[in-house]
Amino acid sequence: MSTEALRPTSYLGEGAGPAAWLLTTDHKRVAWLYLVSLTAFFFLGGAFAVLMRVELATPAGDLVSDDTYNRLFSLHGIIMVWFFLVPSIPATLGNFLLPLMIGARDLAFPRLNLASWYVFILGSAFALVSVLAGGVDTGWTFYTPLSTLYANGFVSMAALGVFIVGFSTIMTGVNFIVTIHKLRAPGLTWFRLPIFVWTMYATALVMVLATPVLAASLILIVLERVFGIGIFNPALGGDPLLFQHLFWFYSHPAVYIMILPGMGVVSEVLPCFSRRPLFGYKAVALSSMAIAVFGFLVWGHHMFVSGQSAYAGVLFSFLSFCVAIPSAIKVFNWSLTLRKGEITFETPMLYALFFLALFTFGGLAGLFLAALAIDVHVHATYFVVAHFHYIMVGGMVTAYMAGLHFWWPKLTGRMYSETWGRIAATVTFLGFNLTFFPQFVLGFLGMPRRYHTYPPEFQFWHVLSSAGAVVLAVGYLMPLLYLGWSMFRGARAPANPWGATGLEWQTASPPPPHNFETMPKVDRPAYDYAMKGLRHEAFSPHKDEAR
Amino acid sequence: MSFGIPFTPPEASSIAGSVDTLFYTLLAFTAALGLFLTVLVVFYAIKYRAGSKAERTGERARSLPLEVTWTVASLLIAFVIFGWGAVLFLRREHPPPDALEIAGLGKQWMWEFRHPGGQREINELHVPVGKTVIVSLASQDVIHSFFVPAFRVKQDAVPGRTTNVWFTADEPGRYHLFCAQYCGTQHSEMGGWVTAMPPEDYAAWLENQGKGDTLAADGEKLFRALGCSGCHEKSSKVRAPDLAGIFGRPVALDNQQTVIADDRYLRDSILNPKKEIAAGYDPVMPSFDGLVDEGEMQMLLAYLKSLSPRATTKSEATQ
Amino acid sequence: MSTTTESVAFDTRAREKAADTFGMWVFICSEAMLFGAVLLLFFFARSSYGPAFAAASQHLSLPLGTLNTAVLLTSSFAIALAHMFTASRRWRPAVWALICTGLLGTIFLFIKAMEYASEFKEGLAPVLGAPFRFSGPDPTHAELFFAFYFAMTSLHALHLICGIVVIAGMLLLWPGTTEAKRTHRVQAVGLYWHFVDIVWVFLFPVLYLINRA
Repeated sequence: MSTEALRPTSYLGEGAGPAAWLLTTDHKRVAWLYLVSLTAFFFLGGAFAVLMRVELATPAGDLVSDDTYNRLFSLHGIIMVWFFLVPSIPATLGNFLLPLMIGARDLAFPRLNLASWYVFILGSAFALVSVLAGGVDTGWTFYTPLSTLYANGFVSMAALGVFIVGFSTIMTGVNFIVTIHKLRAPGLTWFRLPIFVWTMYATALVMVLATPVLAASLILIVLERVFGIGIFNPALGGDPLLFQHLFWFYSHPAVYIMILPGMGVVSEVLPCFSRRPLFGYKAVALSSMAIAVFGFLVWGHHMFVSGQSAYAGVLFSFLSFCVAIPSAIKVFNWSLTLRKGEITFETPMLYALFFLALFTFGGLAGLFLAALAIDVHVHATYFVVAHFHYIMVGGMVTAYMAGLHFWWPKLTGRMYSETWGRIAATVTFLGFNLTFFPQFVLGFLGMPRRYHTYPPEFQFWHVLSSAGAVVLAVGYLMPLLYLGWSMFRGARAPANPWGATGLEWQTASPPPPHNFETMPKVDRPAYDYAMKGLRHEAFSPHKDEAR
Repeated sequence: MSFGIPFTPPEASSIAGSVDTLFYTLLAFTAALGLFLTVLVVFYAIKYRAGSKAERTGERARSLPLEVTWTVASLLIAFVIFGWGAVLFLRREHPPPDALEIAGLGKQWMWEFRHPGGQREINELHVPVGKTVIVSLASQDVIHSFFVPAFRVKQDAVPGRTTNVWFTADEPGRYHLFCAQYCGTQHSEMGGWVTAMPPEDYAAWLENQGKGDTLAADGEKLFRALGCSGCHEKSSKVRAPDLAGIFGRPVALDNQQTVIADDRYLRDSILNPKKEIAAGYDPVMPSFDGLVDEGEMQMLLAYLKSLSPRATTKSEATQ
Repeated sequence: MSTTTESVAFDTRAREKAADTFGMWVFICSEAMLFGAVLLLFFFARSSYGPAFAAASQHLSLPLGTLNTAVLLTSSFAIALAHMFTASRRWRPAVWALICTGLLGTIFLFIKAMEYASEFKEGLAPVLGAPFRFSGPDPTHAELFFAFYFAMTSLHALHLICGIVVIAGMLLLWPGTTEAKRTHRVQAVGLYWHFVDIVWVFLFPVLYLINRA
């Protein structure tokens, strides 16, 4: 490999041993390391969710004990938020695509990138040990003084795990910000960047600025549990509400870490399969930044009934309505992108359209929660659970699936079965709505969240939700099978199977080790689907499958 | 009519109707907007599917007037919803006068209530219909949350402070009482029923509960047992503020500031007397932190409040 | 592939260096949020319990604190010198300046440890269940002050330890490092060191001075 002539043509061919993967600094391989780890966590967290839904099929607590149930939802939350959703798109697709999309050979700090994965694994080890040792029973929110003085799970261990994973998030964030600032190809000005890059930039900013605040609150929890330093303990003059302020100052922006990348993916997929430029490009780009900034100012809307002053509540409600505007703008822009297009419905497009529907309804449900008088009633009920699952699962995970299918040919050089892809997308969509729509009704009825048992009159809606969870699980298991199969048996993918405009499609599938044979130059805006010679290629996955 | 399947929670308090009006209005608006967008996307998806004969000239990738219009429209609608929600919300701060004050104490894993007459109940709360009830909440351990869906009220009970929630039941019945803030192992068992009954039934019920001492009377006993009366009584040799009529009154502090003697001030003055010292007095009072638990704190506060007759008739201090 | 840049992503050293410096600034912003959050909590608590905090603050050792401030400021000066020497390619004085920086950092930690020890002996350290003895008017909130004091200063000390380890590592690898890399590492580490120093410049008045009459 010392001379140019011997260089392999694909990054996948660069060596197959464990060392070639575990010591790689190639952003594309690091993306795979993340993809494998995150998939494992996704199914672990999903298994906890299914167990909970099965328990909730009956009003009595007859499958697992109350302590077990409390551990299930705590671990479900902790794993899904910090070990799947926060890193999901940035660490996998973002890692893989960011340099490709801006015409760079790698991220600015390739070794830091690999280090971030090891830090992630170290943090995971802590989290997994806490799971195996007996779990955590604080909820993912670690509210004090329950978490500091009363919880009997392995709280410090889990909190340390989350703390360490936070470092990995910050490393990724720093890497992305520097890469986007310093490594754009000649001619690739800020307003020529694909929206995916814009959202990665916004996400990275939030990662870098919000994660340390979470770190601070977790350190103080561990100091309180281990060293007895009582900053949140009312008996020592501390204040438990301080923890909530700190925690939500991180965790609300973290919601945007979790959804912005999904918005980025959909902004790539919709124009591609509509053969149209994204409607209102600048508004979409700038609204991502607006979301990142405003996201820091609304944390108090998690605390309307916590005992914070009513006037603080009014202020936070007002700001929360403001932060809804950029999201609304995006939905309108995405919808209008379809107008006068040449629309086809491949798997990524189906997922993207389902995203659009679920994100819209989930976002509209957010208006109820931001409206103070209604929030008093539905706060901490299933209404909230349904709302954030519509955004986090219906939105983010659906977008993640859209992106995974869209760029799968680029990641692997293979095509997956289009038929199975469409079936899985549809099953997921139906299963999702069956699972979570009933929870809106439950929440309005007053069913509190985190309940192991519940009054019998709520059972009808719980049964629907549990049935939906099973369908949803099937919907998520299917891609695992057919995508896995396609890695070895799928048809070879051309460089640009969808006829998309991004720079990542101008290099081979899978890309060569340093991404481009000749470094690209850019002289046109993003989503220039009127460009000559760029047709939705004659490539048909069905034809190839038949062969 | 609905085959026993519940779709809406009962409306049983004076505020439930107005909260629901907002809820249903918002529901109609969001459903309309959501359906409009869905129909629009489906319509485009069919009309502009690849190979269709639809007219495609005149396409645009941006339209400033359109974008400005929908941004401004969204903002205006958002402000209307915000204002409506906020106005209803701020009623929490202003309970109607002549309220009945019940002490509620959350602990792992039960709610304990004490009526002004001293009657105690656990995981049950009896209230009269048509009379405003203020539940003053405290917590013995972790954060709990008092939640009665039928009344559309919820308030966290936070250790180390007193929070208030008020409601006026207007429909007799038995309604769920939940703890809405996750509080540990038996969180889902922490709750019970609120029984709203006609005033005369409530009075009869109180009678049947046997006559214990009132909360304030218990507080007075404690006030003597802890030695508070030793300094705070008029005849005392130690100069300490006279507490008659203290509740709800402004207190001048030695740092030139003035505070209203509300729940928070009284609680802090018992647990942490050096924090805000009344002007003209020496800071000689010891802290009672660790010597009174939350239940006893509620008794002391009830006693102090009973010393100001105004506060029981008009609860100005919470405004 | 390229021998002149560390990351394959860059064509030239100059661009990589600019990126490294920028990356360090971004990281420092992140760190600032960490200390900012804790400081904010501290000010919130202080606004509620001012007198107790003031009384507790009297029990910190002002001479040792002042001495430590001087030590740390001098160390910042030393690393600034190191940066200047590397820029003018005077490697020997640069190494000495770096050694000085590391030593001063260690002295700071040593003095801090002595302070901790004496506070522990006086019963002012509410850690590990140690009894808290305080004769002032409001021991509960004095204890909260010391909780903040230990949380904040140990967090700062942890950052300083990281800085010292990095300087030591840099010195160990020094002989095998190219000249260009030396300059650029000293610059990056220098930025970080100044940041840790500035954090102390905030902590010192907030903990030791602000509460004194």
